[in-house]
Amino acid sequence: MMSKFKYALFTGCTAKQSTPELLSSTLAVAKKLGIEITILEEASCCGASHLQDFDEFLAHVLNARNICYAEKLGLTMITICNTCQLNSAMTKHALDTDPDLKARVNEKLAEVGLEYKGTSEIKHFLYTLIDEYGLENIKDKVEVPLSHLNIAPFYGCHNIRPSELHHTSNGGENPYNPTSLDQLINALEGHPVDYDHKNKCCGFHVELQANHTSEVLAGNAMVDAIDNNADIMVTPCPLCHLKMDTYQDDIGKVIGRDVELPVLHMPQMVALALGCTPKEIGLNFHVQKATHLTA
Amino acid sequence: MSDTRKVTIKAFRFNAETDYLPYYKQYEMEVGKDELILDLLNRIKWEHDGSFSYRRSCRHGICGACAIKVNGKATLACKQNAIELLDLFNNELVFEPSSKKRVIKDMIIDKKDFWDKHAAVKPFVVADVEPHPEHESKQSIEEFNKFLDSDLCIQCGACHYSCPALEVNADYFGPAAFVAAYRFTVDTRDNAGKERLEMTAEPGQGVWDCVKCYECAEACPKEINPIEKITKLHNMQFEQGVAVSNVATRHAEGFVRSIRKHGFLDEADIVVYSEGYLGMYKHMKTAVKMMKAGKIHWNDALPWVDNVPKSKNLDEIQKLIEISMTNKL
Repeated sequence: MMSKFKYALFTGCTAKQSTPELLSSTLAVAKKLGIEITILEEASCCGASHLQDFDEFLAHVLNARNICYAEKLGLTMITICNTCQLNSAMTKHALDTDPDLKARVNEKLAEVGLEYKGTSEIKHFLYTLIDEYGLENIKDKVEVPLSHLNIAPFYGCHNIRPSELHHTSNGGENPYNPTSLDQLINALEGHPVDYDHKNKCCGFHVELQANHTSEVLAGNAMVDAIDNNADIMVTPCPLCHLKMDTYQDDIGKVIGRDVELPVLHMPQMVALALGCTPKEIGLNFHVQKATHLTA
Repeated sequence: MSDTRKVTIKAFRFNAETDYLPYYKQYEMEVGKDELILDLLNRIKWEHDGSFSYRRSCRHGICGACAIKVNGKATLACKQNAIELLDLFNNELVFEPSSKKRVIKDMIIDKKDFWDKHAAVKPFVVADVEPHPEHESKQSIEEFNKFLDSDLCIQCGACHYSCPALEVNADYFGPAAFVAAYRFTVDTRDNAGKERLEMTAEPGQGVWDCVKCYECAEACPKEINPIEKITKLHNMQFEQGVAVSNVATRHAEGFVRSIRKHGFLDEADIVVYSEGYLGMYKHMKTAVKMMKAGKIHWNDALPWVDNVPKSKNLDEIQKLIEISMTNKL
């Protein structure tokens, strides 16, 4: 039977390299829920805001090319990284509202036989699960309820801000009080942890040039979650995951406290509850191990 | 349905001269559909406690005095409808000053750091003007449009005190100063653009310490979108040859190097390229941990080993870079 839910997946760079567990758990969740996914193998890096700092026009051209391939399939382009979501959606918004820029970008794309039309939506997988597949339907598929876990939702900036953009094209969260991850945790029968830093910045983007700032921001969020009894943290953004999973020793040193908290990708959490295999969930790829979750 | 809603407001109270610690005080009132947050501040003072202190002046979104935070959201009190926020925050409002650590009394803060940084970027047109000019110094519509939105800044500090980078790093200029730097740098009558670009390129204080959180874009009551101006300052540093090679600029430019080769970002290469081989010692411990977890591989950083996945139709990407790239480091 053909699935009602069909999407073109823009994996981003991280899911293809340092967080293979993000890609495998995303595909496992899709399989369990009967969501059909086509990976956009032609896609390139979204620029992650850094290419945009160097050459904004080039970033628009490359992102428009990625979107072209989703348009060719006639599908919504889904993302599994907040930063991919934001940068792709910013290009779409810029091109859809500025005919002159769209023409200049299309002039370049024509050289490789492509044309950006603006026909595909761009949405983070978190919001396709909630808004399109539906929490009630996910609830029905839960095999391993997460009722033994206090889970701290960490939303990640680029899925909630700037709200103007996310309200027209993504989840439409209140950036000062986002709720989607909390709802998802509830649907999987886990206990969402309420804490102030759930919508704050993890510091990933200045890891290299402003290391101290980066460690303090990540640390503030993590100890807030820990102090509110979190067993694990969950995030829809692999960059937040990388910052908070791999740098816990350094973060602890900078803020003067031990920081030990497993950080799961959103699809890993869903995969756990749907009873996917440990290989698909890929917890072995974490630096801060979360082995106790699947005992 | 009644025209008013019963609301509980928790207001931050602190008097730096007499109080040891701040505290929150609760006020209950019926709020009408046309009332602004400023009206509620007034009613706390007029109906409940005359000692409650806050800044206000123009009452129509121009003076920037009444910026506070409501449930963590930067809010210009005279512009914000109260019912809208009640809907957003489930009928409970928490009033706090823009920056708790700078409080003098209740909602009133010491904005010295804001004004110092704003002044440091020379927020005025620097030009030699004849004492008795024969013509006005005109701007075309196109020239004017370049700085039109950033000229609307009212220096309320909403973005400045929402910026997490600034909370950690006191040297950082912050979004409002960057908006001012941008506004006067793109003004064709101004001669200090290069100086401002150099100032804002400096590591620690400049735009490269921006954490990309978009809190400033969310906070601005005049919809100026400060981070968009920060990106433009980044771009202008490259365009005007002000950018010097350092870890941050190589990190930005290094994306092109990776994308040209693989389509994707080479995560190992971008760190080595940005830091230089000598700078890698800082990352060795993390690299070993990531290797043990299988996140990276021992030979990823070797120039003759290529573990990075390739985009399909990579030739298209290479061609587009060749014909679209305008900047150089």
